[in-house]
Amino acid sequence: MYRGKSIEELTEQLEKKETTKEELFQQANFLAHHFQKDYNCFVTILDQVKIKDSSGPLSGIPYALKDNFSTSKILTTASSNILKDYVPVYDATVYRKLKQAGATLVGKTVLDELAMGGNGTTGHTGVVRNPWDKNRLIGGSSAGSAASVALGIVPFAIGSDTGDSVRKPAAFGGIVGYKPTYGLISRYGLFAFASSLDHVAILSRNTKDAGMVAEVLKGKDPQDMVTINSDKIHLLEGIENEIAGKKLFYLKEICGEEMKDTTTDQELKKTLDQFHQMLDKIRKQGVMIEEVSIDKSLLEAIYPAYMCISCAEATSNNANLTGISFGSRKTGKTIEEVMINTRTEGFSELIKRRFILGSYILQKENQEKLFLNACRVRRLIVEKITDLFQDYDAMISPCSGGVAPTFDSTSEKLSDRYLILENHLAIGNFGGFPSITIPYGMIDGLPIGLNITGRVKEDALVLNLANQVEKLTGMKNIYAKVGDLDV
Amino acid sequence: MYKAVIGLEVHCELETKSKNFSSAPNQFSKIPNQHVAPTDLGLPGILPVVNKEACKKALLTAIALHCENPNEIIFDRKNYFYPDLPKGYQITQVTKPMGKNGYLDILVQGKWKRVGIHQLHLEEDTASLEHDKNYTLIDYNRSGVPLIEIVTEPCLETSEEAITFLEDLKDIFLYLGVSEAKSNYGQMRCDVNISVKKEESTELGTKVEMKNINAFHRVKQAIDYEIKRQINQLENGEKILQETRRIAEDGKTYAMREKVDAIDYKYFIEPNIPSTKITNEYLNELKKMIPKLKMDRYIQYIEKYKMKEEDAKVLVKNKKIADYFEQVQKNCHDTELVIHFMTTFILSTLNKLEISLEELWITEEMLSKVIQLVEKGQISLDHGKKILYQSIEKKIDPIELIKKENLHQINDEKELIVLIKKIMEENPEQVRQYIEEDNFHVINFFIGQTMKQSNRQANPNKSLELIQQELERRKQNEQSI
Repeated sequence: MYRGKSIEELTEQLEKKETTKEELFQQANFLAHHFQKDYNCFVTILDQVKIKDSSGPLSGIPYALKDNFSTSKILTTASSNILKDYVPVYDATVYRKLKQAGATLVGKTVLDELAMGGNGTTGHTGVVRNPWDKNRLIGGSSAGSAASVALGIVPFAIGSDTGDSVRKPAAFGGIVGYKPTYGLISRYGLFAFASSLDHVAILSRNTKDAGMVAEVLKGKDPQDMVTINSDKIHLLEGIENEIAGKKLFYLKEICGEEMKDTTTDQELKKTLDQFHQMLDKIRKQGVMIEEVSIDKSLLEAIYPAYMCISCAEATSNNANLTGISFGSRKTGKTIEEVMINTRTEGFSELIKRRFILGSYILQKENQEKLFLNACRVRRLIVEKITDLFQDYDAMISPCSGGVAPTFDSTSEKLSDRYLILENHLAIGNFGGFPSITIPYGMIDGLPIGLNITGRVKEDALVLNLANQVEKLTGMKNIYAKVGDLDV
Repeated sequence: MYKAVIGLEVHCELETKSKNFSSAPNQFSKIPNQHVAPTDLGLPGILPVVNKEACKKALLTAIALHCENPNEIIFDRKNYFYPDLPKGYQITQVTKPMGKNGYLDILVQGKWKRVGIHQLHLEEDTASLEHDKNYTLIDYNRSGVPLIEIVTEPCLETSEEAITFLEDLKDIFLYLGVSEAKSNYGQMRCDVNISVKKEESTELGTKVEMKNINAFHRVKQAIDYEIKRQINQLENGEKILQETRRIAEDGKTYAMREKVDAIDYKYFIEPNIPSTKITNEYLNELKKMIPKLKMDRYIQYIEKYKMKEEDAKVLVKNKKIADYFEQVQKNCHDTELVIHFMTTFILSTLNKLEISLEELWITEEMLSKVIQLVEKGQISLDHGKKILYQSIEKKIDPIELIKKENLHQINDEKELIVLIKKIMEENPEQVRQYIEEDNFHVINFFIGQTMKQSNRQANPNKSLELIQQELERRKQNEQSI
């Protein structure tokens, strides 16, 4: 049996010669096609791959790659019409390392157009559906990557996380989403959204698998100047350590006890109830967990600051999409007209809105008030959290105020839940903190996730905490068992 | 009277192995799109990797121009759309340029003038476009080539000042070895900002901009034409438009576009390049690497070596020649003699053979030894030069040549008189003319013969003396008989 198996289990099967690499790929390929119509995980499904003789740590393990990683000779669209026919000429460092490690690429996954969006609904090939309920979204932007893991098509997938683009869909998909310390994994070949916030991140079905993949991907890359020397960071070392004596905190303004009792939002109430029950379970392991209160206005500023910084950087990062040296070029009477037509027809309205925002934010007369203030807010938040990390080992929080929303639901953008709880994971991107989401409960048959965020470069501790908490959830290695299949 | 106010923006491509932010070779190529990495095409997912050598060379130039240096190296993005800019932004320096508030002293018509350097920053070059009637071709070879931009204060007043500045700046690039600064390859380019005002007025006139002029003589043409045009315009009571003009083949400038509101480049700090601290140790290290520059040597040569201004000018023009001169000067006593050999032998030989100093067979050592022989009077100046010429021709060390081919000057009087007597025996008619007709011209004849028969080794001064003595002796003898 292949479906739903972890990397560890598949590796064991291979070692015992119960299966072959070719067989694993065939099964993954079958599942990918099988679920494509209903869930739309992939932009490209690879039907023929050369499986190399490799003894790498991920030898023969099928995986999916978000379609915003450059893969030489394989279509890479970033789920945007402007790149619908773009075939890269070079490999992203992540893809190169996975090849070296022996992993088998199954397909390139759908994302929100250019990784901008949190719902998985704006890709040029259509919406991605939640494996636990087809009427619900999986979340984005790493929507296809999350869904393919949640469906059991692949044991792990690669995504990118700029605000919560891996950790949020992981929560809605009942799987693990791990965003390492900024600079641990090279971004070379990842189509940039907001460079200072972009992280390569991993989706898997258990913490250990996520750590194992990160261990393969980490390392200083001469192609990415912000990568750090991680020779001394061993992600799996100490993953089984006892966590008694560790100190965690949660923020009152995000998920306080009081909120649980006063909220009229039933879903939020259920979420927080389960969250606090989980905290009690963790406390029983000898972990100290405390409620900490910080300036609410600082937390309210996360989302606007995130939008300012990410839109500004995105406007500039995507200015290469003009159809001149690559991409789907439209015609025009002059070069300027060619560029204008290419961009006008190539981007969806949502993307154009973000570019206009970004451009506005960077304008000379607005830059101080919008862009630079956003950068200041970012610094203040990071300082505050870093300060708390002096006393605590990590921060713990629910990833969302509820389960995956339905496609037709709308969120009140200025409500506390939306403004703070739904967007607080961006703290991890602001500070480059290691941050992991694991499933911890179900509400009406739908998974919910909790997040653990720790000190920069202390990924091993974050993975250790997550791994031990995972044992308390009873949700390790779960996936959506839809489809009556015998693979 | 009117006065011109001129400011220059000079772009110079740096000489490095690879491009400023990619590993593609930084080389000129006539074949388009030969030296291109994904980064230079702005492909999705690319990241810049800073070229250390380019940073070093930009900092060296900033230091040589007496600039203040920043405490860290950071880069900014300049955002604008243009087909020659594949990323849609140019990586440049706005927040912390490599140099600020520097200066360069230039000598114009015997007077020193300090040209203020507003700033010097490191950036990347764009691709080059070739427009045709129906299409435009793009060559990305130049895309990402390291470029420094030097912006002067608007303190120049004449084309002569501007050209002197540009030439001195170019020589600084060459002295530092940061660029070959070949304008025919577009490695050094210049934007000129120019306005005119009434001499007594404190208010600046309307500025006209001329972009991307490669050759210096074109800069001169453009400035001279613009000054005349703008003065004429004002004299006729017309307004100067704030515009961009171009210099055409006919040496006149033509309006290209009226300058609308300045473009907002939406600068922000490049997030993919972490800041690098510049330590004082590093700056000191760089300072030590800066050689004595052209105009400092010029002053030294005139003051210390009492060199003529025009000699000093030609010797300092090229650092290698100046270094060569200084080495030979150190080895010899007679500086005047060294200068003479440098200007009349070395420089003229380089010109005649159309070679560079590195290609010249004669090393500092060789020249020094020959000059030392001249100093000691063992060979004459002319003889010395002849040996040097032969040395080049035969590719043999001049001292070896002297030994091998017995090219020593014949100074021995006994040896010389034997030869002279022999020649006189062979030419009785000429001797007779001297004795009987007092024909002194025959002395030249005998000198010529002596030189010829001695393979030009006879000491000419001594030979002359001996010939005169011998002829005189024979005359006396004849008369006394």
